[in-house]
Amino acid sequence: MKVLVEKHKLATRWFHWLNFPILSLMIYSGLLIYWANDVYTVGVGGLTVFHFFPDWVYESLGLGRKLSKGMALHFAFGWLFAFNGIAYVLYTALSGEWRELVPQKKSFAEALEVVKHDLGLKVPLPAQGNYNAAQRITYSAIIVMGALSLISGLAIYKPIQLNWLAGLLGGYKAARFEHFWLTMGYLGFFLIHIGQVIKAGWPNFRSMVTGFDLADAAEVKNVE
Amino acid sequence: MSNSKLTPEEIMAQKTRRSFLALGAGAAAAIAGWEWLDHQPEEYSTLAPLRKVFAANEGVVRNVLYSNSHLAPVFPKSAITEQKENGADGLDDDLDDTWRLEVVPRGSDDPSHTLTVDAVKALPKYEQIIEFKCVEGWSAISHFAGARFSDFTAKFAPGSENAAYAGLLTPDAEYYVGLDMPSALHPQTLLAYEMNGQPLTEGHGAPLRLVIPVKYGIKNIKRIGRIEYTDTRPDDFWHERGYDYYSGL
Repeated sequence: MKVLVEKHKLATRWFHWLNFPILSLMIYSGLLIYWANDVYTVGVGGLTVFHFFPDWVYESLGLGRKLSKGMALHFAFGWLFAFNGIAYVLYTALSGEWRELVPQKKSFAEALEVVKHDLGLKVPLPAQGNYNAAQRITYSAIIVMGALSLISGLAIYKPIQLNWLAGLLGGYKAARFEHFWLTMGYLGFFLIHIGQVIKAGWPNFRSMVTGFDLADAAEVKNVE
Repeated sequence: MSNSKLTPEEIMAQKTRRSFLALGAGAAAAIAGWEWLDHQPEEYSTLAPLRKVFAANEGVVRNVLYSNSHLAPVFPKSAITEQKENGADGLDDDLDDTWRLEVVPRGSDDPSHTLTVDAVKALPKYEQIIEFKCVEGWSAISHFAGARFSDFTAKFAPGSENAAYAGLLTPDAEYYVGLDMPSALHPQTLLAYEMNGQPLTEGHGAPLRLVIPVKYGIKNIKRIGRIEYTDTRPDDFWHERGYDYYSGL
């Protein structure tokens, strides 16, 4: 006998699916801006291992010579990114949903077990609520990163009017550096997230759209 | 319709149908919205709706955030970095002794003064080591010296502080910027004639350039030939090429 269980609240799903196109547009327009001064690299010693980004990236995605458009888009859709993010945090805090999300003391040890399990090692998954320990840590970190993107973005946008904020982040250049690497963090997260969603399968994905999943009635009773 | 007659599997199928239709409709609306935006007419080389947002952002900044007591951080001499000569629009003609600075006060069409650089140098001299920021995303720290734009205005165009804008042009009028008056009168806005302890080079805007730390580099016009105080918004070179008119920092 199967029963319906609610996995994700309607508000959470709205915030999530609104954030996806908004953040995509922010990253796209951010890259249009970054192109004009693409100075960041990773390297060992004096050796550059990877330059963000090689010309083929700009060419294949059509990111070049659109600085003014990038700025116009970024400073318009930034409002939506901020409003959606602030509304999500307020909702999650006030509704009590944060209890499902914020890492617990045991999450850090458990997350290691989750990662081992996901890497194919024969480690049993620890008991979990809506989110496992690794999800609690990652999703919470992403929200903190979102806040930092907003803060560092404001510091770059108005570094004189908000000179205290830029100062707090280590100055104008430092704020730009931080803003960039936070964005690379999202792209890294996105790749892992998509991989995990594919791995978790259809019912999990369906629950992020419908809010519900089917579960065995006996198991649901046991959890409760 | 009563759900009680449906099995959980049937209810799930129903929810799935509805939710994915809604998601699809949302995705279609988002794509249609983007297509709509991207096909709007341009206003000064930027999509008209985004121009409106630029203007709205300017309103928020000027009403909520901007203050002439908010200062650009200053740095020690040891922090000075290489300064690029970015942009030579308006500098095509040879610079010679015939250079003069024309001042057109508010409400007038003709210059009230035609000045040499010595007239600017006679005003109190201010020095500042500030971070110059380009729209492209780079920044460089330089030491500038010159007269405050506010002192200059009080001396050569008294009363023009009440104008809404100042328009500054190169002698050939090939490069031109418009400044809102509060930014022009900011205490760190200088009519500069020295950089890093030396007279300005031609590439950096000799004999007189604007240094306005509360704006991006595009507003820091070189080789100023004319200053006009006006209540109508002056033309602006990079605004016409798609950038925010205000471009404030």
